[in-house]
Amino acid sequence: MWSGRAGYGFVAAYTVLLIAFGLVPTGYAVYFAFTDGGGTFSGLSNFSTAVSDFRFTPAVEHVALYLLWWLVSLVVLVVGLALLLHRLASRGVSRALRFLYYVPGALAGAASVMVWLFVLDPTVSPVAFLLRAFGYHTFGEVIAPGHLPILFTLIAFWTGAGGWIVVMYGALNNISQDVLEAARIDGAGAWQTAWRIQIPLLRKWIVYMLILAFAGGTQLFVEPQLLSQASVGVAGRDYSLNQLAYDFAFQNNDVNTAAAVSVELLLVGLVVAGVFVARSGFFDAD
Amino acid sequence: MQTDIRRPAVARSSGRWAQASRAAGAGPGRPARGRVNPLPALVLLLFVVFFVLPVLWLLLAATKTDDQLVHNNPLSFGSLHALRANWNALTAYQGDAIFMWLRNSALYSSLALVITLCVAVPAGYAMAMTEFRGRRALLVATLVVMLMPNATLVVPLFLEVNAVHLIGSMWSIILPYAFYPFGVYLTYIYFSTAMPRELLDAARLDGCSELGAFRRVALPLAAPVVALVGFFSFVANWTNYYLPYVMLPQSDQLPVQVGLGTLLDSVPQFNPTASTLQVERPELALATLLAIVPVLIVFLFSQRFLVAGMLAGATKS
Repeated sequence: MWSGRAGYGFVAAYTVLLIAFGLVPTGYAVYFAFTDGGGTFSGLSNFSTAVSDFRFTPAVEHVALYLLWWLVSLVVLVVGLALLLHRLASRGVSRALRFLYYVPGALAGAASVMVWLFVLDPTVSPVAFLLRAFGYHTFGEVIAPGHLPILFTLIAFWTGAGGWIVVMYGALNNISQDVLEAARIDGAGAWQTAWRIQIPLLRKWIVYMLILAFAGGTQLFVEPQLLSQASVGVAGRDYSLNQLAYDFAFQNNDVNTAAAVSVELLLVGLVVAGVFVARSGFFDAD
Repeated sequence: MQTDIRRPAVARSSGRWAQASRAAGAGPGRPARGRVNPLPALVLLLFVVFFVLPVLWLLLAATKTDDQLVHNNPLSFGSLHALRANWNALTAYQGDAIFMWLRNSALYSSLALVITLCVAVPAGYAMAMTEFRGRRALLVATLVVMLMPNATLVVPLFLEVNAVHLIGSMWSIILPYAFYPFGVYLTYIYFSTAMPRELLDAARLDGCSELGAFRRVALPLAAPVVALVGFFSFVANWTNYYLPYVMLPQSDQLPVQVGLGTLLDSVPQFNPTASTLQVERPELALATLLAIVPVLIVFLFSQRFLVAGMLAGATKS
């Protein structure tokens, strides 16, 4: 380890950015959340304004329901698919499949929503027969408000799962062959090996995935925003918490309540991150 | 990230293991000797369809007229003629707005990328290789900010940028993009695990300044992780929607992601209040394709680097 004043020179620019775009906005959000329009301290009144807004509870419910579907599908399907891929005898096929699963990753952001607007529209969808089989004949029927958590899960899974499958596959490769060999000699089949050995050894990575997916999921914005644009109001403009913060700030001109919503979201994110750092030992930095 | 790799030796032997165990046949929970359970293969194929079908449909949709889109087989090819017509209609939209949006995206993402690399790589290096006061605090702050859901900072960022009267300036999104704690964390891990200290000590003995040692010795060796950080940062910025949506008020400043939203508003099938003379669904599909091409290109070109970078991170422990 060098002792060096040079260290300061190397981190100076980064520290400036960290302060300007990490710490200052956080501080600014807290300041706005606890003051009124005139800049005087207002206690928790912005928070109670936010919480008592008629749109707040539904938004929390929407995001929570979406998170539930999204996290469960990630754990079950990503881990399951990675295990199946890892058992494939042919490495070439396995690599090709991982690549194909990853392809939608290039369509993150608005692009993925565009694709799914088409896929969910029975008039042009490549799976129109499926939608009709479920009894949906118009775009409006498919995107009924009750369906949204599942539809957002589909979009998020379609774009994001491939990357996680690659990560899980890499983690499976790091499991020592001796352990697996020993299990096999003891008579463990594929199912028992997966359940008793591979999945427990993947735990750290599964937790890592869940935390990042949770943090990402609470930020839901572009999907409901574009969907509400495309559905003429079938899906509201205040579906998620971030949309609500946006509406408070730019429709109601109430930046203080908007900041309160942001602070609440940040708190949730920080608590989860803190639990993660403390419990998993994942970021044992030194 | 360290485990995000395929180690060829391990991969091969685990392949052999799978074959061997298959040949050995029935353990508990396995089908009878000699018979292969078709279910796993079916599941894997089903997911290929799930992941690939929408992309395939999108590629084909750009070659059709709106009428063909509705009436022809969803997976049929339209015609080159229709593709050209869609191209012309799309580029005519608001006087080639699509190119302007793509140019904006390219400008914002690449400027941010350059700043990110110039800032994050030395920072990660210094935190891994040198001892200075405040180093630990910086490290902890980096980890916390990295795990913080950063879209929640969009409204506070708007307030901050508004307070210094920079709303509508392209720097109001480039600089927040350039702040990339995950990149610092990645380089930190790389330098602290995969960088032989003796090399740097030797360089210093030979009279290199600290900056010289970084530039001539550390940086060339860190090429894979630089590529990795660059790739993640570029893709994250190219696909960002919320921040530019809030920060940039004028249509001619929008990046292509937000531009797609504007385009969506002009498609009558999705927005009945749009006038019928604007754009139709195939043009929207074509615009979506154009919006993802740069990410695909970056992905294909950096694939070799990505694998190398992930492997480099894995040689520790």
